[in-house]
Amino acid sequence: MDQRATTSWQRAPPAGGRPPCSAEDAVLRTFFCAAVEALTDRLYGTALRFTRNPAAAEDLVAETVAKAWMHLPQLEDRVCFEKWIFRILANTFFSQCRHAREDPVDPCDGDDAGFSIFDRLHQPFLLWWGNPEQELIHKLLCEDIDHALAALPDCYRAVVIPVDLLGYSYAEVAEMLAVPVGTVRSRLNRARAQLQRALWNQALAAGLVHGTPAKEDAHD
Amino acid sequence: MTEPDRIRCEEVVAHLLEFLDGEIDIGRRERIEQHLAECRGCYSRAEFERVLRQRLRTLDDASPPDSLRRRLKSLLDAF
Ligand SMILES: [Zn+2]
Repeated sequence: MDQRATTSWQRAPPAGGRPPCSAEDAVLRTFFCAAVEALTDRLYGTALRFTRNPAAAEDLVAETVAKAWMHLPQLEDRVCFEKWIFRILANTFFSQCRHAREDPVDPCDGDDAGFSIFDRLHQPFLLWWGNPEQELIHKLLCEDIDHALAALPDCYRAVVIPVDLLGYSYAEVAEMLAVPVGTVRSRLNRARAQLQRALWNQALAAGLVHGTPAKEDAHD
Repeated sequence: MTEPDRIRCEEVVAHLLEFLDGEIDIGRRERIEQHLAECRGCYSRAEFERVLRQRLRTLDDASPPDSLRRRLKSLLDAF
């Protein structure tokens, strides 16, 4: 499979193709405006998690919306609009990273030791209603999780955000990043361990758990 | 716990996240499903990972600044 295949919106519009603009496209325009309006918060939230920078997130959303309008005639099924526009957002972010030489596909192949909050907290002999590891997840605030996400290197956020937050398959992320599926798989494993490590340290700092901090390079 | 059980737990732990992502071959998936039905430790681990995954899927949206709303409005008006 060609991992560098372009997605439908990246392809040039067909000959004579144009963004919808005539009177008969008014319905399409109404649909587009309503859909963008409904998704603005999520688009901006996701853009902010990708870029970690409010001004860059704003630019990313605006560019995404402009591209989506331009390529709207290529969207075959409007039911897929949400997934389609988030893919444009991710693709736009990744292409910007490459331009800025902050490539999210730079190898992150350090020996990242596994870390698991479950291993730190699970008590096998606790009665069924006691579940400290799940309780911790429920106690974590959105800010705690965002802080931990922001602490990940770009190449890890580039797989965790699409897979864990947006629900893309490994193959879809591989296509977006132009890397083999096996790379997404291994990078995701390391990224998730590092995310749990960051969440653990965040929980310690917030006083939600007691224990020892997880070190970057320690085999916990 | 018997020796074969221990080995099977390790295999489940090694492939659990791919299993939860639905990114695993069917043979291994069935063996993991069967193991989770029988092993409380691995079942608890899988439940924890599911809860964490669910939490990540439902993070709050950031509230966009007014400047972005204005920018999108003028963009949409121009279409
Ligand atoms: Zn087991």
